[in-house]
Amino acid sequence: MEDAGKAYWYAVLRLVGIILAIWFFVSYGCGILWAQALNSIKLGGYPLGFWFAQQGSIYIFVALIFIYAHLMGKLDEKFDVHEE
Amino acid sequence: MSLQAITYLVVGATFALYIGIAIWSRAGSTSDFYVAGGGVHPVLNGMATGADWMSAASFISMAGLIAAMGYGGGLFLMGWTGGYVLLAMLLAPYLRKFGKFTVPQFVGDRYYSKGASSVAVICLIIASTTYIIGQMTGVGVAFSRFLGVSNTMGVIIGMGIVFVYAVFGGMKGITYTQVAQYCVLILAYTIPAVFISLQLTGNPLPQLGLGGEFLDTGQSLLGKVDQVATDLGFGKYSTMTRISTLNMFVYTVSLMIGTAGLPHVIIRFFTVPKVKDARSSAGWALVFIAILYTTAPGVAAMAKLNLHATVNKAVMTGGDLFAEENSIKYEDRPGWMKRWEVTGLLKFEDKNGDGRIQYYNDKNTPEGAVAAGWAGNELSVNRDIMVLANPEIARLPNWVIALVAAGGLAAALSTAAGLLLAISSAISHDLLKDMWMPDLSEKGELLAGRIAMASAIVVAGYLGLNPPDFAAGTVAIAFGLAASSIFPALMMGIFNKRMNKEGAICGMAAGIGITMLYVFAHKGIFFIPGTEFLGLFGGKANFFLGIEPNAFGAIGALVNFAVAYVVSKVTPAPPEHIQHLVENVRIPRGAKAVDGTHIH
Repeated sequence: MEDAGKAYWYAVLRLVGIILAIWFFVSYGCGILWAQALNSIKLGGYPLGFWFAQQGSIYIFVALIFIYAHLMGKLDEKFDVHEE
Repeated sequence: MSLQAITYLVVGATFALYIGIAIWSRAGSTSDFYVAGGGVHPVLNGMATGADWMSAASFISMAGLIAAMGYGGGLFLMGWTGGYVLLAMLLAPYLRKFGKFTVPQFVGDRYYSKGASSVAVICLIIASTTYIIGQMTGVGVAFSRFLGVSNTMGVIIGMGIVFVYAVFGGMKGITYTQVAQYCVLILAYTIPAVFISLQLTGNPLPQLGLGGEFLDTGQSLLGKVDQVATDLGFGKYSTMTRISTLNMFVYTVSLMIGTAGLPHVIIRFFTVPKVKDARSSAGWALVFIAILYTTAPGVAAMAKLNLHATVNKAVMTGGDLFAEENSIKYEDRPGWMKRWEVTGLLKFEDKNGDGRIQYYNDKNTPEGAVAAGWAGNELSVNRDIMVLANPEIARLPNWVIALVAAGGLAAALSTAAGLLLAISSAISHDLLKDMWMPDLSEKGELLAGRIAMASAIVVAGYLGLNPPDFAAGTVAIAFGLAASSIFPALMMGIFNKRMNKEGAICGMAAGIGITMLYVFAHKGIFFIPGTEFLGLFGGKANFFLGIEPNAFGAIGALVNFAVAYVVSKVTPAPPEHIQHLVENVRIPRGAKAVDGTHIH
């Protein structure tokens, strides 16, 4: 792969890595691993760990995909690999 | 008008709508039959993907399982939505750029081998057929209640209807009918949830109602559910884990990567016009799915509370749950219980002979129950009926009950149809045409596809009569099978240039092999009742680290990755042109429209 292509691919991997870290943090972290501890915090009538497992993760997933799509669009243009 | 008449009317009207759309956009050539010409807008594609995705498992079964599992049920919610993040970032845009019709075609080209694509076809058929077994369970529940027949009869009638439905559709018919189906099923799911949330919390949004206050009592709704469930021996709702934290973790992984490996979902992203659209399409699909998935936890907790309130007056009044007069008399039971008794999915057995219904967990008998002379739980409610019975339990108007029936049927039929298409294209296109009979005419290919569909329905229907689990549980197994085979092969195909055919083939075979071994040990060989072989492994269920078979796909995927990696290291690198192909797939520019001429 020529250098520009390589640089683009590394930028893509970096973005994917950051988003996956958030994805992991909210679902597996807050929703499962630390859920019992977070339950002592209340969000309205929701214990927080329960909220992450049954509500919060889903909202954040939706946001993550659109943020990813948007940032990828920018990367495509920056490295001039976007579709005509 | 009677409930039955309104139900027929509403279901009839929605079906007339779907069939009308299907005829209007009837599939012509083979390319139309599979991918609808490639010009579907991302938002519409998202809705159609949503309908395709939200099957009997999501619509009919999931909330009932959450009601029983409490907090642990969150694994379905996170698992079946979080996979879209993986799909959007790791697969969809690249598969779209690759410009092929089906998953086995990608695998065959990327791994320059018909062997790899055959293995992928076999994995896909196993996962999809398992998925349809789950759908047929749900179809049986919906039809048995709708027609007032036994559950067995419901499955048989459902098989016939699913077949007719899938054969005359084709993807194009299905894309536009599925937009209509999405609208019907989301209304059917949310309207009763809004009513019930208003009744119990005064808040119209179930997403907020679940975290709201129960009937101005100063107690939170979840607190109330926790209290009733704990008192009756079911455990504390908001903290019950599914077996163990490890099991819940692995289960969620399995559902997520299974989502990103299931062919009937991936195939949707071949149909968008551009690579850019493939990324946002996944987002739109998840928006439409999230509407149902964020409503489901409210439905689950509130249906549970209402069910207890129906048979025990003390739930609403706050009195003594174990006082004799608070358990309702069997002869006073509401009409919905009588209607579900017909299907055999709800049963009452008067163990202590007092003519009243005592509903509690007798495997963890509460002290009060012993003192009150309760002689065992007397009411068994199949978890798969909770959502369909929900509006009846809450005494909502008849038109709402009818709408939920229509939604349940739409959910079950649409996904079954989408899966049958994936199976039929895998067999007629990827196996027959591409490998065994290259001279097959277009007509012959369509015919072979239909025969494959019919056989899949018969097998799935037969196994659906004695399902390995509740609908959502069976579907979870299907996800595990996809997770352990397809997802790793696709992902490594894009992210690991050095991955070669030997690695991919061995990985897929090892991943799905070990998963099937674990699942079949618990559930029977190909789910045939009586063929379990747990005895070979010491006879103890969940023998590997306490992980249940439904969750094992994640372990299978790990095995797949590991085997593929090791094998690829000791075998020759893929040819130069394949490495260029991978580099090319990673860049959006130059994506071509997918059309029929690209089949070969």
